[in-house]
Amino acid sequence: MQVPILKQGSYLIASIQSALTDADLVQLRESLVEQVGRYRSRGVIVDVTALDVMDSFASRILRDIATMIKLRGAETVIVGIDPDVALAMVRLGLNLEGVATSLDLEEGLAFLDMRTKNERRR
Amino acid sequence: MNDERTAMAELSTQATATLLRELVAHLRQNRTQLREEWVRRITAAQLLTAMSREEIFAEATSVYDSYVEAVETGTVEALQAYARNLSERIIPRGVETNEVVGIVLLLRDVLARSLFAKYHGDVGVLNRVLDAYEPAANRIAITVAVGFVQQRERVIREQQEAIRLLSTPVLQVRERLLILPMIGLIDPQRARQLTEQLLRGIRTNRAKVVVIDVTGVAALDASVANHLVQTVDAARLLGATVIVTGLSPEIAQTLVNIGVDLGRMTTVGDLQGGIEEAERLLGYTVMSLKEAMALKESPPPA
Repeated sequence: MQVPILKQGSYLIASIQSALTDADLVQLRESLVEQVGRYRSRGVIVDVTALDVMDSFASRILRDIATMIKLRGAETVIVGIDPDVALAMVRLGLNLEGVATSLDLEEGLAFLDMRTKNERRR
Repeated sequence: MNDERTAMAELSTQATATLLRELVAHLRQNRTQLREEWVRRITAAQLLTAMSREEIFAEATSVYDSYVEAVETGTVEALQAYARNLSERIIPRGVETNEVVGIVLLLRDVLARSLFAKYHGDVGVLNRVLDAYEPAANRIAITVAVGFVQQRERVIREQQEAIRLLSTPVLQVRERLLILPMIGLIDPQRARQLTEQLLRGIRTNRAKVVVIDVTGVAALDASVANHLVQTVDAARLLGATVIVTGLSPEIAQTLVNIGVDLGRMTTVGDLQGGIEEAERLLGYTVMSLKEAMALKESPPPA
């Protein structure tokens, strides 16, 4: 199942709706890295609220997305990790180190606003 | 044949009953003297040191009477109830299991000695008396010991429950700022409970910063320290920053010695400092009214 990517001002929002296969995740990564340039976006939000499992592959993809988006000149924030998922992740050693995280979409938007506040939004 | 055996068994039961009656009469007759002998041996063995001599004597009297009654009736229910009651009274005073078992065994020995003294002339009778006495005495000893241990276990269970209920609250001190004061002994089970509570608290209060204060924690072992690190990481995944405050010199030394990686944690000396740091992160400035007024009158150059 493909993840819809919404354009909201100068941000892209990828909202994961259901459990994803590895291929879907790779597809998401490619689409985001491609679209962030096409829309000249300043930030990317990946909403994982609907995920109740996060394995090592998924967390590696999320880290890759953050690193690649950074290289494309934008910020990434992962939002909506469930408390139980978070606990399970750290037990598996999946810390998403170096990746910004926020509680939910609203927080993620506020975070990106803060990080990009020096630039004028069009 | 079978009838005969039953009859014989009945006969022997009757004989035992007769002997037991004789025995009980003997124990009743020599009550004062045997009881004193028992108390003397308790004191000599340095048991029940937590109790005064008068108290020991009073308890000994009750135990003696219950004991004789149990030997007489063959039922231990009354003694069981008494043992439970006694345990309840003496456990808080620090009486140990070995003392309780010790005094019951001493009583058994004192009474056995008196039986030896009474029947030493006739080994046959002595044997039969002991056959009647020993099972009853052993059963009593087991009853009292088990009663005491059960009571102790009940006390321990209650205390564990009380500690569990003494759960650590997650408190909101300012919008988006939570504090979690950890107090007392943190075992892995409680650490897990704390983490779950905290993560849920971050979710419901939409917290951005959490101050975990460990001033009240006496000791942290490796597993709990690692759990703390995991909690910090998990909180970060929810978008919250964790500040740990109040790490005592002892805990700081332990953590470094056992090599727990606390590099990713923000630590501040005390709770006040932690809250100030949290306010800074949240963009608050706390100042006195006077300072604020002065600032209003002459705003500093921007």
